[in-house]
Amino acid sequence: MANKRVDEPTGTETVGHEWDGIEELDTPLPRWWLWTFYLTIIFAIGYVIAYPAWPMIDRATAGVLGWSSRGDLAEDMSAAEMARSGVREQLARVSIERLPEDSALMQQAVAGGAAAFRVNCVQCHGSGAAGSQELGYPNLNDDDWLWGGDLKAIEYTLVHGIRQAGDDETRTSVMPPFAGAFDSAQLDALTDHVLALSGKANANALGAQLYADNCAACHGSGGEGDRALGAPTLNDAIWLRGSSREAIKRQILQPRMGMMPKWEGRLDPVTIKMLAAYVHSLGGGEDFVEVAEDPEVEVDEQP
Amino acid sequence: MNAETALTRVGLWFLIMLAAAGAALAAADSGFAAHAWIIAILGFVMIWMSASRFDPMGRAQGFFKMPDGPSRYDDDPIRWGVIATMFWGLAGLLAGVFIAAQLAFPQLNFEPYLNFGRVRPLHTSAVIFAFGGNALLATSFYVVQRTCRTQLAFPTLARFVFWGYQLFIVLAATGYLLGVTQSKEYAEPEWYVDLWLTIVWVAYFIVFVGTLAKRKEPHIYVANWFYLAFIVTVAMLHIVNNLAMPVSLLGAKSYSAFAGVQDALTQWWYGHNAVGFFLTAGFLAMMYYFVPKQAERPVYSYRLSIIHFWSLIFLYIWAGPHHLHYTALPDWAQTLGMVFSIMLWMPSWGGMINGLMTLNGAWDKVRTDPIIRMMVMALAFYGMSTFEGPMLSIKSVNSLSHYTDWTIGHVHSGALGWNGMITFACVYFLVPRLWKRERMYSLRMINWHFWLATIGIVFYAASMWVAGIMQGLMWREYGPDGYLVWSFADSVSAMFPMYVTRAVGGLLYLSGALIMSYNIWMTLAGKQRAEAPLKDAAYDPEKDRPIVSQPSAVPAE
Repeated sequence: MANKRVDEPTGTETVGHEWDGIEELDTPLPRWWLWTFYLTIIFAIGYVIAYPAWPMIDRATAGVLGWSSRGDLAEDMSAAEMARSGVREQLARVSIERLPEDSALMQQAVAGGAAAFRVNCVQCHGSGAAGSQELGYPNLNDDDWLWGGDLKAIEYTLVHGIRQAGDDETRTSVMPPFAGAFDSAQLDALTDHVLALSGKANANALGAQLYADNCAACHGSGGEGDRALGAPTLNDAIWLRGSSREAIKRQILQPRMGMMPKWEGRLDPVTIKMLAAYVHSLGGGEDFVEVAEDPEVEVDEQP
Repeated sequence: MNAETALTRVGLWFLIMLAAAGAALAAADSGFAAHAWIIAILGFVMIWMSASRFDPMGRAQGFFKMPDGPSRYDDDPIRWGVIATMFWGLAGLLAGVFIAAQLAFPQLNFEPYLNFGRVRPLHTSAVIFAFGGNALLATSFYVVQRTCRTQLAFPTLARFVFWGYQLFIVLAATGYLLGVTQSKEYAEPEWYVDLWLTIVWVAYFIVFVGTLAKRKEPHIYVANWFYLAFIVTVAMLHIVNNLAMPVSLLGAKSYSAFAGVQDALTQWWYGHNAVGFFLTAGFLAMMYYFVPKQAERPVYSYRLSIIHFWSLIFLYIWAGPHHLHYTALPDWAQTLGMVFSIMLWMPSWGGMINGLMTLNGAWDKVRTDPIIRMMVMALAFYGMSTFEGPMLSIKSVNSLSHYTDWTIGHVHSGALGWNGMITFACVYFLVPRLWKRERMYSLRMINWHFWLATIGIVFYAASMWVAGIMQGLMWREYGPDGYLVWSFADSVSAMFPMYVTRAVGGLLYLSGALIMSYNIWMTLAGKQRAEAPLKDAAYDPEKDRPIVSQPSAVPAE
């Protein structure tokens, strides 16, 4: 082209076009660029031969390595499965009451339970198992147990759930609503009495009478609760749904009751066992000797 | 304008207003009703403008001090485009800083209009389609006229493209906050907004191709190839991915023509090529005009521009499946997505080489010209993210990076580093020329902008790399007992310091853009800041020697 000229700083000839003052040099493709481009193409060709790539009529080419993402996952999972299988077999054989005798196995169970807890339980109970007072999810770290805190009781709760529809053996209890049953003076007096059980307010005769008539049957005359009925303890510092006057009144008038799904059928028995061991290990786990003092919970003869 | 045309116009806008108000009253949902009211109000304003001497455009042109009178090129829509670019840029960056803060401090979620789920698409669409889109509109109209040495082909249609596009942005943005979405990433607007954008986009295509057709140059400059690829491909992507059936013609809701994994694949074919043709091809077009102009140097290699253009547009369109690694997408499609992404590495770098090497013979300008400095930084980030992209598409890397904030870091090193920086550089180039000023108000402020933006990107990208790799490692970490070590919530709480760092980076980037806005405002006002020029570093040949006090001993033979 007529307008070609040699660009002085680079010593390269221009192509000869010009647009609004912009010219173009006739520099050849950088060799490293071209060869790297070729290399990526060669890699791509090799890769599509090795791995599933070309869609055909029925299915795609499988690739000479026979790799598939499903197969890869199955391999990984079975390797992980194999690594755990010894422990799982041992756990399947041992009954939960005898688990603490083998401290190595117990440790494995707690580790496995921790992992299962992170997947299945943290959504309600929180990653630290501290629960939520606002939403009524129990704290699993403390010594308070609605339904019993030994390994066997925890396992039972996990297997059958709490207020699980369709399971005849589920843990269940109902606190009746008292809306309309008390006038406001009575309600205040009763609330005072409930708070007085743990020393948070002054006792009063009206409240005590109301409590004895309406509440003591389940919660006990001193507010000690009843695990057989799932009636919470009222004379300690732990409150499932808050300890403010408003919270207590609300719970008397329109009680909210939580629900925990049954895990039988969703998790295998070994995983449930491990979960029980983990929850037991969180700090409030009880052993069977103490439990034996409570006639409502199945007694285990283990020392 | 004579009385008869004025009357026809009033009648037309009256009909539009009436139809919109009717649609608003009969609407099936509140989002659709709100949009119909926006159109009705627009119709009312247009009636007012046509019937009386109310002239907001004239006032606005006065407000922005736009030069009037004839010019060689049709620059009026370009000036509006530059202003829209800055306005939407600030809005988009502000939304970005806000959602970054929300991730660190969830209390900042204000239900329902300002929760993360609604502001996030506001941010992405504002920066990509409003900021980036207006930059592309403005620069394409500027470049195509100059490199074809002709005026825009259909001046009225060009104005329709600009204002119609702004209406699209307003409908999309208000829709997000009102909860109108079809839940397709980067394609959230519902069917009626999509139809409107299709009309606007076809008009854009007609203006651009019409201008190319009446060019006075024998050849079409490379920047225009890239603009054309961008316009054509975005039209195709937009139409196919948004194929949907509305539930009611008076309601916002629609159902996609695709379902399941086909829908996912169509979506990411769209999503990836929105990156490829909107944010890469379109912005390479800007680079191909403004870098040689600012550097006053010829383009490095004509041959490279041809080869990398065709290889880029051929390979990019296949790479979408790499967004769906290890999903229900069949293995073969994942493989093809990966290998096409790897082959895309060099074609992408062709643009970087052509941009950077154009500075051969003008590298000294990096010291003295902050606009060149921005362009160089933009190309460096372009090169970095187009290397990172193919790397992340490799399946074994992707198994670590996918679903983590590494992806967010990658996107932002490209968006803030490449798209943002090159747009800022182009706007700094355009403003004095469009407003017929000698130079920008302050070069030193451009330098400040450069450093704030660069440091902001470093904060952003580095924190997201750390965060992403940490997340990926936490999610896959097995303890010696054979169980996962962390719960998902553990990885979320571990992210906190990185989220704060990211928000700080975004804030720095936003402050750079605020300085830019002030600088542009003062330039429009016709002022020039009295300031010391950016100088070369002092050079003393006496001191330019190795640090040895004595001549070194003669080496032993």
